[in-house]
Amino acid sequence: MSESINPRVSLFVTCLADLMRPSVAFASIRLLEQAGCIVDVPLQQTCCGQPGYNSGEYEATIPIARQTIELFEHAEYVVAPSGSCAGMICHHYPKLLDGEWRERALALAEKTFELTSFLVDVVKLESAPAVSTDLPPITYHDSCAGLREMGVKDQPRQLLKTLCDVEINEMQQSDVCCGFGGTFCAKMPDISEKMVDDKLRNAGNSGATLLTGGDLGCLLNIAGRARRQGLELEVRHVAEILSGDLYSPAIGEGD
Amino acid sequence: MEQHSQHFKENAARALADASAVAQRDILALFTPLMREAAVSEFGDFAALRDHVKKMRQHTLDNLDYYLARFELEATNNGNRIHYAETAEDMNSIVLDICQQHGARKVAKGKSMVTEETGLNDFLQRGGMEVLETDLGEYIVQQAGETPSHIVGPALHKTQQQIREQFLENHDLGERDLESIGDLVGEARTVLRDHFLEADVGIIGSNALIAENGYSMLVTNEGNGDLCANLPSVLIICTTLDRVLPRAEDATAIQRLLVRSATGQPQTCYTSFYSGPRRAQDADGPLETHIVLLDGQRTDILASDYSEMLRCIRCGSCLNHCPIFAATGGHSYGWVYPGPMGSVLTPLLTSLEASEALPNACTSCGRCEEVCPSAIPLPDMLRDLRHEQSVQKITPASWRNGLRLHAWIATRPRLYQALTGIGISLMHRLGGKKGGFSKLPLASGWTSKRDFPAPQGETFMRQYRRRSQSNER
Ligand code: SF4
Repeated sequence: MSESINPRVSLFVTCLADLMRPSVAFASIRLLEQAGCIVDVPLQQTCCGQPGYNSGEYEATIPIARQTIELFEHAEYVVAPSGSCAGMICHHYPKLLDGEWRERALALAEKTFELTSFLVDVVKLESAPAVSTDLPPITYHDSCAGLREMGVKDQPRQLLKTLCDVEINEMQQSDVCCGFGGTFCAKMPDISEKMVDDKLRNAGNSGATLLTGGDLGCLLNIAGRARRQGLELEVRHVAEILSGDLYSPAIGEGD
Repeated sequence: MEQHSQHFKENAARALADASAVAQRDILALFTPLMREAAVSEFGDFAALRDHVKKMRQHTLDNLDYYLARFELEATNNGNRIHYAETAEDMNSIVLDICQQHGARKVAKGKSMVTEETGLNDFLQRGGMEVLETDLGEYIVQQAGETPSHIVGPALHKTQQQIREQFLENHDLGERDLESIGDLVGEARTVLRDHFLEADVGIIGSNALIAENGYSMLVTNEGNGDLCANLPSVLIICTTLDRVLPRAEDATAIQRLLVRSATGQPQTCYTSFYSGPRRAQDADGPLETHIVLLDGQRTDILASDYSEMLRCIRCGSCLNHCPIFAATGGHSYGWVYPGPMGSVLTPLLTSLEASEALPNACTSCGRCEEVCPSAIPLPDMLRDLRHEQSVQKITPASWRNGLRLHAWIATRPRLYQALTGIGISLMHRLGGKKGGFSKLPLASGWTSKRDFPAPQGETFMRQYRRRSQSNER
């Protein structure tokens, strides 16, 4: 760890972790604490506003952005277990807002991070309690916003290597969109289907039986399609794997 | 050109149903990025050149009047005649007039997306001209009665076998195999050669207009552009006024970016600079040269929030990297320009209504912007167009209202958490055992193709609040 004083992290849970998969948020808290952080969870948080924003509902999104800024701007660090929510705060709030709010958005952007890049680049988590080393063959989907907006590429791989001692079975086109795209998948289901099927084919060809990634939106899409197709592919968020949580049902798996 | 963008989704569904075409697009989508990547990584500091060109282009666009005037002056001094065309129709009429003044019957044409935009071929043919495309891809597409599916490779949607059959059917050249690509190219060359020699007028496009010397640059791989430009006695260069650049070295800077981004080559086979008509000491060249500069709403775009789009150098890289373009192919977009650049340009050059689906044909994955040599923020522009669609109520009311309701609730944390707390627990009770839903009210778009995974249990917020309260006690 770079600093002697414990960094204070406010967790941006993300609405998908809150609603669909709380284990991702609990795993994030455990990982951050293992890295020596003091974690708090602001209780008034809801959603970063991507659904409306990406669909061009800018006016409706502005109050959400302001609410998030007010809630998190006094934090030392803000960490989200999602590249796209972190990207929304870091890159899109400043585009959406003007004047004083834009300044405040930029200040928040300075200290907001995606989880795995925060763990590697900022607090330099290098060891953690040993977690299961008998993981199935695993492949990694690079979610678009994490990769291109937040520069998340090596960090999750490095953590999987150092904390879990696993190498990734890299799939072809791991950095190509899975077809989720928020409302896109509902607006253009045929095209989205083709894209997610390509992702599943590439994942299957890698020899992996466990697919992971850093964004629940993509993972829900991939898992939902795998389930529809009856494919034997386990899908889990990378935070869950890193914190050793492999026993709760995978995404889309029954209790 | 006639527009079918309104039917993007239906076009895409049809394109996706053709398995062999899908397979062909999959291969292109895999290899074209690899070719670009190899060329770019060999180059050295591609990012620095990209940044330089971006600034140079932006500077030129910000001072377009000045550079256009300079170009006009220099090009006129070189003996060219300059024509300004406000609209597509103006460009077509100017070109037909020139052809008619020379009593022309045959026109040889090099590749030009601008004239696809204006529908020049049809117009000239209606005016009695015989017009032959001479770029191999364009030739194939024209012969098939189709339109280009890609701005750099117009016939990339066709298989070698399809082209072979097309040539056997259309060229009256007796018994032959045409088994190899070389055979096909050779045959096209033979057929086109006569046409070049007989053509009265040559028409080409331009990759850059150079203000300091009045030259026009053309980048090609087949040399057909040079034959169009040099063999007929009259040359017409059809382009748009945003192609102008200050200096010759700016044009070559563009060329370095363009070629690597477009085909992954370090250099195309031909890069030509056209100065003007044949001079007394020249051995060959056209006797008369015209440059037709189309506005075609470029000045409107320049004055709009989308002015950065005019930096586009038509390399096609955003098409090659777009997973949606790969899935649907270029024809699904239903007009001249497909892929991410087309989804921005088409609404701007036609109308937002007629192009309703195009700005939505995007997951904001950002791959296009990442590779765009002009660093155009394509995903931002597409989202801005979606915003305009919402403002103009082109977006269906159900979507607008649903998303606004979500936002309204999301800014009321207590209400949000109460509603989601109840809803999520209910969903878990209904679907948790099975792990997912194959049908769900209000989510038919999602569940038409995939199951909706069941929530894990109670919301995080409920669980976390309970834990913190029991810790406090
Ligand atoms: S938008 Fe960029 S990537 Fe696309 S064609 Fe234009 S210059 Fe090339």
